[in-house]
Amino acid sequence: MASNEEEILTGLAEIVNEITGVPAADVQLDKSFTDDLDIDSLSMIEVVVGAEEKFGVKIPEDEVKNLATVGDAVSYIKNASAEA
Amino acid sequence: MSAQIALPPSAWTSRILGLGAYRPTRVVGNDEIVKNIDSSDEWIRTRSGIESRRWAGPDETVVSMSLAAAGKALAHAGIQPDQIDCVVVATVTHLYQTPSAAVEIAHKLGAGSAAAFDISAACAGFCYGLSLASDMVRAGTSRHVLVIGVERLSDLTDPHDRSTAFIFADGAGAVVVGPGGPDDPPGIGPVVWGSDGSALDHIRQKKGWREALFGADGPEMPHLVMEGNPVFRWASYEMAKVAQEAVAAAGITMADLDVFAPHQANMRITDAMARQLKLPDSVAIARDIATQGNTSAASVPLALERMVENGEATSGDLALIIGFGAGLVYAGQVVRIP
Repeated sequence: MASNEEEILTGLAEIVNEITGVPAADVQLDKSFTDDLDIDSLSMIEVVVGAEEKFGVKIPEDEVKNLATVGDAVSYIKNASAEA
Repeated sequence: MSAQIALPPSAWTSRILGLGAYRPTRVVGNDEIVKNIDSSDEWIRTRSGIESRRWAGPDETVVSMSLAAAGKALAHAGIQPDQIDCVVVATVTHLYQTPSAAVEIAHKLGAGSAAAFDISAACAGFCYGLSLASDMVRAGTSRHVLVIGVERLSDLTDPHDRSTAFIFADGAGAVVVGPGGPDDPPGIGPVVWGSDGSALDHIRQKKGWREALFGADGPEMPHLVMEGNPVFRWASYEMAKVAQEAVAAAGITMADLDVFAPHQANMRITDAMARQLKLPDSVAIARDIATQGNTSAASVPLALERMVENGEATSGDLALIIGFGAGLVYAGQVVRIP
């Protein structure tokens, strides 16, 4: 199970690229999903499900709205995998 | 020993013999929809893939649209109306509790004393009906079953609800299901179906008729309401698993498919499902929703008809079809294009 930030970022970038076509290199910690990466709420659901499967974590729907940036998502996944 | 019960001769296989569709004449563009909701043509296109939809006029009723689609399916099948011995109509928008639309359709079609009934399985209705028809033919209960998926969802759509106003639409699709011989390859694979009543609220008619007519808010149509995000997640992921099971149940692989025609709920759901299924590029994907909208029980046969018309699907092709919607309910199977 991935637990360090770099591995999570790389994995998340692959998911974002597969779903939206955004180059993986553009997926950086400070990027906003909506404003910088142009990911809408439906694509965000796909990213979340992809992340849940890849990292073996659960990201509740109520939590998704708090994940504004890629960094937010990486931190959440890191903490959730530490608890798992 | 008491007398033995006799059983009818059963068929080895069932298949779709003919396919027909009816699209209402009125094309409703996104420009008309956004007059009533805080939205835009671009938002609707990116969120749903819908450019325009068809809405039925006063003369395009559940019964008349069904008759038009059924006539084409019968002609395609080379079957006379009086050879139909059962009519199954899947719909949630025949606004009579009784009698059923199927009885009126059977009568007006000239199907004589055919058995006739409606089923309520929302957007899975056509695939549910096809499963029933296939089993009836194989069991020998019926020889030729007419299955119709038909909706006038515009009747139950709130034009001011920005989460549904742009989605729902009207139309009808029909197939004739009949027997294959012992040497014929099966034309309709095993159904994978089910329901999940824990999510009743996800897509529903917001009020029962009594409350809609006599409730404190005064008489109003009991419109359909939907929680888009949970439905998107369920449809895109859980239904992809059901689709995989349907392909496995048919004893084939994704690479054997020629056509993928899911319920036309939202282009984004179709895209997400296709990604999950990892369909080979050789599989043609139904995208009828772009100019037809979401027609619930009618969407799968309408989508198949469009693909045949466009040359994306041809007779003998293997198609994975899957319906899913309010309930929640779902059903998927592999069929051979007639």
